[in-house]
Order: sequence, then structure tokens, then C-alpha cells
Amino acid sequence: MNARQVFTVYAKELTDTLRDRRTLMSMFVVPTLLIPVIFFAFGAFTTKIVRKARSETQAIMVIGGDDSPGIRAALASHPKLKIVPTTDDFRNRISEKTLRAAVEIPHGFDQAIAEGRPASVKIFTYEGELRSGLAANELDRFFRDYREKLILSKLSKRNIPRSILKPFDITRQNVAPPEKVGGNLIGGLIPCVIILLSFSGAMYPAMDLTAGEKERGTMETLLCSPVGRREIALGKFFMVLTASLATVVLSALSTAVTLGAGVVLFARDAMATVAQGAGGAARSALPAIDPTGFLLALAMVLPLAVLFSSGLIALSLFAKSYKEAQSYVSPLVIVVLLPAMLATLPGVDLNATLACVPILNVALLCKELVSGVFNWGYISLIFISTSVFAALGLILAERMFNRESVLFRS
Amino acid sequence: MIEARQLTKVFHDRKRGEVRAVDSVSFTCHPGRIYGLLGVNGAGKTTILRMLATLLQPTSGSARVAGIELTDNPGAVRARLGFLAASTALYGRLTARETITYFGRLHGMRPEEITRRTDTLAAELRMEDFLDRRVDRFSTGMKQKTSIARTLVHDPDVIILDEPTLGLDVLAARTIVAFVRDCRDRGKTVIYSTHIMSEVEKLCDTIAVVHGGRLLAEGSHEELKQRTGASDMEQVFLRTIGAEAVP
Repeated sequence: MNARQVFTVYAKELTDTLRDRRTLMSMFVVPTLLIPVIFFAFGAFTTKIVRKARSETQAIMVIGGDDSPGIRAALASHPKLKIVPTTDDFRNRISEKTLRAAVEIPHGFDQAIAEGRPASVKIFTYEGELRSGLAANELDRFFRDYREKLILSKLSKRNIPRSILKPFDITRQNVAPPEKVGGNLIGGLIPCVIILLSFSGAMYPAMDLTAGEKERGTMETLLCSPVGRREIALGKFFMVLTASLATVVLSALSTAVTLGAGVVLFARDAMATVAQGAGGAARSALPAIDPTGFLLALAMVLPLAVLFSSGLIALSLFAKSYKEAQSYVSPLVIVVLLPAMLATLPGVDLNATLACVPILNVALLCKELVSGVFNWGYISLIFISTSVFAALGLILAERMFNRESVLFRS
Repeated sequence: MIEARQLTKVFHDRKRGEVRAVDSVSFTCHPGRIYGLLGVNGAGKTTILRMLATLLQPTSGSARVAGIELTDNPGAVRARLGFLAASTALYGRLTARETITYFGRLHGMRPEEITRRTDTLAAELRMEDFLDRRVDRFSTGMKQKTSIARTLVHDPDVIILDEPTLGLDVLAARTIVAFVRDCRDRGKTVIYSTHIMSEVEKLCDTIAVVHGGRLLAEGSHEELKQRTGASDMEQVFLRTIGAEAVP
């Protein structure tokens, strides 16, 4: 192998790629600018919408209960609910979002409560709709409070202590360190993002440097120079690998900065809200990720990027045109993401067999690494198995460069 | 020098089955002479040239380029050869100088050698005005001059030109024809493939008529005219391929 020729091909491909707008977009602009912009815009937008919705008074309808002035009066005095006149089309109005929720009070509700007979109220809601959910929650909370007050009043009348309702307390305490909580919560997401970025970073240069060159006629120009096919394959492969790794590293840096700022601006605020609801316990358990594990997860990207780069070169080289290469490569995004997503499922844990399944193994390992779990046996096994697959991909790419039926396919 | 002996190339096509693109073609090109390959599109000219440039492997037969057997050392053959075809395009995002430099490096030339050779070629092909501009903004003529410069950056002994004046205006075509003649005068072995009859007549010392993958006739244009009783090259060609009866 002639290393000088490999470098010459690589240096030319790098210059050429850095002048290509499409590749620059996928390699630099998307990871460094677009991700933070989307994150902040989405975070700010969501926070604003939730805050606004919470501050609003929700329109609800009371169905029935004309013979129960007690409950109706209590509902009417609720500060966050506005009762609108009753109509028969309340279901449609909830679906059309002109009404947030409705509550059906059975006939003789007040009397039934007074006589100690069972009664049931029904809340109508639009599942998944923010404002409808808020209104339904308010109604739910109102009726629970109302029921508790009734019980306490009855107990008090009979001189029975409140503690009879609650003979003992149940508390739950998290013993896992914050990075393990973080690993469990977002550990599955990190490998998904890393794998997707590594793949998408390699995708465009791989197609451009193979199928694109065949289509433009520059591949034949290169092939009639004295440089060997192996040197051409390696030069192009190193360029695609550079693009893949650059995309991941730039994204990691950009994401780290974005997440740091995002946690301060949005996530802590959201967690604080949850904490208030949970008695303030959650504030101390804000999820974190292990920094060493995160760096190791990035290191595991290297064999994976080699695998993607070589595989994508081999596949794209088979295509006659850039467009044909796109039709081969685009569906692979799902194929690549599937094992990464499988790793996020509960109960799917790393074992010796799964350590040999490409992509899934790295995804599972990344999940462990960001939680601060370092199983060096598995780390070595995964590094070796992924490297073996990557080497096979590279051999396949080189073979494709030696097949005239592939290079001159028409 | 180029010596082709019984060169044959068979492709396997799913629809058409076995396609004999080149069938037992033999010829010899000598240094200081231009050997013209004349044939219609699809006659097999490009396949012959691609085999000589080691881009395709012959199904059978053999050839020696600058004394080296094609299959023995394809890399060494390409190092002594300059190959330009209609299908060999340029990198649009590089300048003409970067393109020539890149191919000079691939040929293992030293930086100062590349600079000297680039200046010489730029002067001979009148490229000075656009040498540092990006190729994707070039006219067809500028692109073809750049292609010739990158083909000849290493000053090869053997030059293969496949339709080098295709799509060019009269002025650009004339510069290239003059340049090819100059290469011959400097003792290079030149194969010139075209379907333009007038160009063959003006430029080539020996002409071979290729049709249906076979070499049907070979000789100087005067010899071919005599043999077929034709008055011009077009008639020579038509009578050789059997499209017009020989009187």
C-alpha cells in the first residue's frame, strides 16, 4: 500500500468536500447550529405554551346536577374553572377545543352524599390535549378535595381521629446516584443520537465520492491514473470517516453546551414544578450523565463510524448515480436506528451474545457508560466485534473498487 | 509503442445475453505516429481504449503498452500512459491548477516538477487566463484543455485520446488538433479515436476502421481510398463497413 497516494487522494477529497454545500450542511451547519436552535426554540416555545395554559381559566360544562346546588356552587367558586352554559353537543365541543372538559353530576348527588349513598361523577376530556388535560386535572383535584372534606367532616362529627384513614405512611427514596438516574432516563437517547449523527455524517460524502463521481465521470478520470484501487478506496474511506466523526464530535460539543444552557433555562424549571408536586423530593435527584462514560461512548463511535463509512462506500459505489445511491442509503437510516431504539426498551440488557450484534451492542454499551457502569469485558468484546465488522466493510469496499462491473455499470 | 494482439472483450448483459464488444482486434502503434480509430458510436472504440488504459480487463488476447504487458503491471502501464476520454470528466470544485497538481501528485511528481510542467502546458494550450478559476464555471473548450493538461502532466510516452474535440468550437478544436500534432512531432505514440472523418484525414498517419467490435481495415488514408476506390474518408468508411457498395 502506498500511504503517500492514500494521503493525496484523502487531501483532495477533503478540499473538494469542504467546498460542497450539501456536505457542509450535514457536517457543520446541522450539528453545530441547527440542533441548538431547534432545542432552544422548542424549549422556549413549550415552556411559554405550558405557562400560558396554566395561567388561563379553563372553560368547562356541568352536565346535570340541577338538584344539587351544593356541588354546583362549590364548582362555580373554583378560581381556575369557568362554567359555561350547558348544551347537548359538549362532546363535539371538547373535540373541537371550544370546550376544555365537562363533568356529569348524577341526579340527586347532594342528597346521596348527605345520606351516605354511593354516587359517581364522570369527567369528559380530550386525551392528550394540553388545556383539556389541565381542566380535567383541576376537576379531578376538586372532587378529591371535596370528597376528603366530606369524609373529614363525617369523622369529626363521630369523634373519630383523622389517622384512622391513614394508619401508616408510604415514602419512596431514590438511592441511585444522579448519573444512573440520568443514564436510565436519557441513556437510551444518547446512543440513538450518536448513531444517527455518525451515519448521517457519513451518508452524503459516501454517496458523493462514489456514485456522485461515477455520475459526473470523475471516477474514470481517477481510475486511469497510476494510483491503485486500494489507495483510492482508502483515501475516500478516510474522508467519509472524517466527515462522520466530525459530525459526531461537533454535535457532541454543541449538544453539551446546549444541554448545559437548556438545563439552566428550561429543565430545572420543569423539574422544580414536578418537585413541588412531589413534595420537593425530586429537586435533589436531577438526572445527570457520567462525563467519563460520555467520553467513552464517543470513543465507541470510532469503530461504528468505520463500519458505517466502509459499508456506505461499498453500497453507494454500486449505484450508477447519486439519486440511485440515495434510494439505497435512505432506508438504511431506519435499519440503523432500529437496533439503537431496541436498546432503549426496558429489559434489553447487555450480554455476551448481544455484545456481538453490530449497532445494538454499541447502543446498549453507551447506555451503561453514561450511567457510569464500566464493564471492561463487554467494552473490549464490543470494540473487537465492531472492529471486525468494520474491517469486513472496508474489505468489501475495496473489492467493489476492483470490480469493473460495478465501476462501469450502465 | 502499443501492440494489441487479438484483444477481445465480452460483456454479460441480462437482457441481451453475451455481448462481444471487441472481437479479436490486433494493431500496432509506433512512436512519432498518430494511429486513428474511426468508428460510429458503439463500434467498440472506447472499450478498446479502456482495455489499453487498464480500466477494463480483456476477456482474451493481450496488449503491451510502452513495453509493459497490460495484465502484468496495470499501475506501471497507467504511469506511462495519458488517457483522455469523453467519459473522463473533471472535478468541478477544483481549479484547473489544482486539478493538474492533483494528477501530478498521483503520478509521484515533485512539487517543483508539477509547477514547471503546469506552466508549460498552460502556455502550450493557452490556459493562463483561467488556470486559477474553478472548473465548474468553465466553457467546454476550457474544460477540454484542462483535461488534456491533466492527462499529459507526467509527460507520458503513450497518449490515448478518445473524441478529444467532441462538442468544441472551431477555435478550441483547432488548438487541440495542433497540440496533438505537436505531441507526435515530439516522438509520442498517439491513439486518436473519433467519428469525425475530416479530422482523421488531416491528423492520422494510420487509420483503422472499427465496426461491430471488429477492426475491418487499416492503412493510411491514401491506401484506404485506393483499396475501396473512394474519393473521401466518408466514402472509405461507408464502403468498409458495408453501408455502401464498392464499385
